[in-house]
Amino acid sequence: MHEYLRKKWFYFLLLLLALVFPLFGPSRLIFTMLILSGIWSIATLGLNLILGYTGQASLAHGAFFGIGAYAVGIMTTRLGLSFWIALPLASFLCAAIGFLIGLPTLRTKGAYFAISTLAFGIIVFIIAGNWSDLTGGHMGLPAIPRPNPIPLPLAGEISFTSPAARYYLVLFFLLLTLWVMHRVVFSLQGYSFMAIRNNENLAEAVGINTFRNKLLSFMVANFFAGLAGGLYAMQLGALSPFITHHVLTFNLIIYLILGGVATLAGPIIGAITVPFIVDALFAIGPYRMVIFGVLLIVSIIYFPRGLMGGLTSLWNRTADYYRHRKDGVRHAAES
Amino acid sequence: MLKLEQVSTRIGGYRAVNSVCLEVRQGEFVSLIGGNGAGKTTLMRTIAGALKPFQGSIQFMGAAIEKLPPDRIVRAGLCLCPEGRRLFPQLSVYKNLILGAYTRRNDRLGVQRTLSQVYEIFPVLKVRKEQPAGTFSGGEQQMLAIARALMSEPKLLMLDEPSMGLAPLMVEKVSEIITLINVEMGTTILLAEQNAHMALNITQRGYVIENGKVVLEGSSAELSDNEQVRKAYIGA
Repeated sequence: MHEYLRKKWFYFLLLLLALVFPLFGPSRLIFTMLILSGIWSIATLGLNLILGYTGQASLAHGAFFGIGAYAVGIMTTRLGLSFWIALPLASFLCAAIGFLIGLPTLRTKGAYFAISTLAFGIIVFIIAGNWSDLTGGHMGLPAIPRPNPIPLPLAGEISFTSPAARYYLVLFFLLLTLWVMHRVVFSLQGYSFMAIRNNENLAEAVGINTFRNKLLSFMVANFFAGLAGGLYAMQLGALSPFITHHVLTFNLIIYLILGGVATLAGPIIGAITVPFIVDALFAIGPYRMVIFGVLLIVSIIYFPRGLMGGLTSLWNRTADYYRHRKDGVRHAAES
Repeated sequence: MLKLEQVSTRIGGYRAVNSVCLEVRQGEFVSLIGGNGAGKTTLMRTIAGALKPFQGSIQFMGAAIEKLPPDRIVRAGLCLCPEGRRLFPQLSVYKNLILGAYTRRNDRLGVQRTLSQVYEIFPVLKVRKEQPAGTFSGGEQQMLAIARALMSEPKLLMLDEPSMGLAPLMVEKVSEIITLINVEMGTTILLAEQNAHMALNITQRGYVIENGKVVLEGSSAELSDNEQVRKAYIGA
């Protein structure tokens, strides 16, 4: 345990910071941005599984995010279900739709998979905008209720009207997602996803049923997209069809690439830093997309594993530098 | 153990394998000799299930396997170590090996046992188990590819040109290890090779394949003495 703490102290420090953060009384804007960043983190972690670890570029991730959001919105407003039931139902619904969509699309490879999932995303956007009876159409879906308060045995109840409570709720689900991803990535299941990314033919020769594994990865990824979508519906209290738009998918891809593909911390770093950069560049309006284009190209060329990969190699280089310096001194002393 | 009858496979309309009959018996060490484009790799890939024959039957341990998907064939105990020492380059040596035992994932103890066996045959893999496989030299990569194939505990191991692109000294080492696997571990081996000299030296029987057809078969000693084989493949 002691050894474990010494190795992972940095992560525990971060967790502690995240836990005590609301005590500093941040403004409502900062709270909202952090809650949204947490939601984007969950969605990006899902995307990371299918795109980063399994190497299949799903462009339907935003659509599944939207399906999760609408599922929670519709179940809580029209069916009167509790948020606590609607959220897992929405996540499982996304996994199930992922199964059905994966069956045909995952038979295609590379760019064809990207295009077919993009097509599905566009269909979802059209449905969300036009099936007015179900989704409210382009007018949107208003008045999604806050989650029911959780009763506590002695101290009353936790209600979710304050941003701090929603912050902790999203933080809880983010940690849960991270834990699941950690378990998956460092298991044989995770290795077989990476084997498919490395060399699909060889993975097959080794005895991995590549189709079934890709389908599983796609379903788990979409499960977390749906979870993030459901939390988004809860946070905003209203939905518009643009939440299913493929622009959202590309935002998530930007978080993933700038944060670090196929790392566990990368999606979270990306989903927190990028929205804050966007916010800081608000003054220059639409030109900020130009800056993102440049950032993306620079990142792909010089930091193919994003901020996380860049930081890791910088850390290793500094460590090497100091080790060499120390060694150098010792050699000098010996001679 | 393995029996092919009149197997033909098309690649883009061309009959790369043309009604091949071939048999490998339990415990044997058999070579498949042929030049570039003779159809060795296509035949191996057909047996492993990566390609489907349009004609003929393939029997393994008494069951027809020509219609099974590759993962089921590996599970049945027939493993192909593909040509060109293919590895998962970004993954560590250890992960490559564990993935080799993918079909045995519910048998943890058995996998650990095989892993220590494999480390015994290839000590260098144990020393460098955390290193990404892509950073290895050619010979080491070939060793790792063979080791990974062994992790599935195959009853029949198919090796597709393990000597390809290796230095002569390394070829010798690889052939020593393959022989060891056949003799010590009792694994049946089908070895496809362009290097007939090396293959006929270590195997018991052999087939010569040309333009997708088996043109000669016999004991390795007979084939080594055969005038045609000497001229075409050994160059002496």
